[in-house]
Amino acid sequence: MEELFWWIIFPYVCGTILIVASFYRFVFRGKSWTAPSTEIFGKKWLRMASVVFHYGIIFAFIGHVMGVLIPIEVYESMGIDEHTYHLFAIAGGGVAGLMVVFGLVVMLIRKFSLPRVRVHTSFGDYFAIVLLLLVAGLGTYMTLIYNTTVVSYEYRFTIGPWFRSLFTFNPLSQLMLGVPTLFKVHVILAFVLFAAIPFTRLVHMFSFPLRYPTRAPQQYRSRDGYNKNSR
Amino acid sequence: MRIKAQVAMVMHLDKCIGCHTCSVTCKNVWTNRPGMEYVWYNNVETRPGLGYPKQWENTDRYKGGWVLRKGKLQLRAGGPVAKLANIFYNPHMAELDDFYEPWTYDFEHLHWREKGGSLPVARPKSMITGEFIDQPEWGSNWDDDIAGGSEVVPLDPNVQKLQEHIAMEYEKTFMMYLPRICEHCLNPSCVASCPTGALYKRDEDGIVLVDHDACRGWRFCQNGCPYHKVYYNWNTHKAEKCNFCYPRTEAGLPTICSETCVGRIRYIGVVLYDADKVKAAASVEDPKELYEAQLSVFLDPFDPEVIEKAQEQGINHSWIQSAQDSPIYKMAMKWKIALPLHPEYRTLPMVWYVPPLSPIMNHITNEHELSADGYIPAVDQMRIPLEYLASILAADDTKVIRKVLLKMAAMRVYMRSKTVGGLDKTKLDKLLKEADTTAEELEEMARLLAVAKYNERFVIPTGRREMDEDLHYKTGACSIEDLAPPEGMVTYPFGRSGTE
Repeated sequence: MEELFWWIIFPYVCGTILIVASFYRFVFRGKSWTAPSTEIFGKKWLRMASVVFHYGIIFAFIGHVMGVLIPIEVYESMGIDEHTYHLFAIAGGGVAGLMVVFGLVVMLIRKFSLPRVRVHTSFGDYFAIVLLLLVAGLGTYMTLIYNTTVVSYEYRFTIGPWFRSLFTFNPLSQLMLGVPTLFKVHVILAFVLFAAIPFTRLVHMFSFPLRYPTRAPQQYRSRDGYNKNSR
Repeated sequence: MRIKAQVAMVMHLDKCIGCHTCSVTCKNVWTNRPGMEYVWYNNVETRPGLGYPKQWENTDRYKGGWVLRKGKLQLRAGGPVAKLANIFYNPHMAELDDFYEPWTYDFEHLHWREKGGSLPVARPKSMITGEFIDQPEWGSNWDDDIAGGSEVVPLDPNVQKLQEHIAMEYEKTFMMYLPRICEHCLNPSCVASCPTGALYKRDEDGIVLVDHDACRGWRFCQNGCPYHKVYYNWNTHKAEKCNFCYPRTEAGLPTICSETCVGRIRYIGVVLYDADKVKAAASVEDPKELYEAQLSVFLDPFDPEVIEKAQEQGINHSWIQSAQDSPIYKMAMKWKIALPLHPEYRTLPMVWYVPPLSPIMNHITNEHELSADGYIPAVDQMRIPLEYLASILAADDTKVIRKVLLKMAAMRVYMRSKTVGGLDKTKLDKLLKEADTTAEELEEMARLLAVAKYNERFVIPTGRREMDEDLHYKTGACSIEDLAPPEGMVTYPFGRSGTE
């Protein structure tokens, strides 16, 4: 039952919500697609919170690509043994995790304590931050404390292959059964977070303006239907 | 030669009475919506003063406009790579307190308060938080007519630049009004600052607009504009700005600020320019040469070659004719009496200002026989220091300001002499020579500046919508339908539907 629901049905439901709802919002609610900044209401603490959080989560994302998406065989063929990998994973992941958690906590405090920001913070905003905090807090705890005190769990044999198998539509759900509960909760909450993206402010992550450095500085556009040579 | 047409405006500051009618009508048309309460697409500043937002001319703080670094034109706030690195927090952006916290009054209280005791009052209530504000400390036009005097005036960045101490004694003070809208620049730094490319310059008329489907609210345009004329709507989280009332100009009507201007200080017209020359003009080394460089990009609408090329490039006959009749072309390019606002920002702004004349500081004994000889030195003794005007309109080049004021003064002397005499041939020649003008030019100027009617002040070709597809459907449709919150979904903090 656990195998079927949590490691096959649930991830696909979340993934479907993420894709379908994001498309729906982009196409039919396009004008709501922004990075809903509250910087105008007060710059206090925002530099600390926002910059540290965002860089932290970018590092964390890269770390997850390295740990979950890249198979262990790749590391083995490169001659990186388990010990070296975990040393880097704990150090790098720990720093990134702490950055994310720190940024989120300051953001949350800022949302409570600046009256102008508090009034304009919706349920969705709190939901996104608290959920992110749960996922990131758990991840940081696992990396820094659980890994070093309880057991250094080799997720590259279980969670990694299972996650990759989701993309080939041949989920190796049995791999997840022996995973420590903490890791399971982390994964499940992460999928809830993925499903929440299209409904919250998190959508702005898909709009990072990568093309900016290569485009012409000045933009000219005619209005729709403008007929140049009408006399 | 890449010819483009640009709608532009001249504001004749000598005629501005500071009544704020332009601001009020603009506000009522465009920014009376939740999220935009603090926004004035058009505002009238008393100078010397802080301006709106406070000290917007302080480029060290807001980092607006362009700078020349090693001969290359770059955004002062940093190029694309620096912007992407700073995208999570914009260190130079103004916050609400740099504008002001908008408020309304608790008018309802006046209705339900019981009789007796003290007079009922309507307390100010923040339109951001819904809380009462016990003591508003800044608001729109808080320093109107140099209110705040010696506390506010020294904070004006232009005053801070002046060498001599500005006297604040009553007899020596000076002030002027500066109405401001978006400059619809030829080299807009807001457009270049936008990471998503949501801001653009309209190909057909040069109006700078924000594409709200593309805007992601990264906020670099807000301080990227050195005039601080792009605003952040906290309700929709998108940038909004003056759109030169394009639904009106497309119909051949002047902008609402111009239409309602009591002093009739505003002029609107079309100019033709060569888009290929813009970058070079914005990149000249000496800021004092930027004014002349900007003038060099405009094309003579009577030149047969220009007309032919313009038609080839899709500018139709009515637009070329409008460019020929353009009051802007006359005032800014032909007579050179209108100047760009802060040319040193290198954006090539397209709202031009005729600098104001002001009373002469020293008592003139021979006022009744004042003529050519008398007026020339008078220009240097006017109340508003040449340096101050030069700091705002000429990149600190007082020669440019002096030339314009001379011409304006000469026009007065000449027109006065036509009815009351007192100007013989020698004196007239001397006057014309000093002011570098001709009698015909002065008469033409007097006509446009003083008596010109509606159709001479506003020469606006229509947007040629008659060729659009789906014209029947578009009749009566509102182009900003999506922007305004739908009825019944007001998002004031204290009136949000569903929370009360």
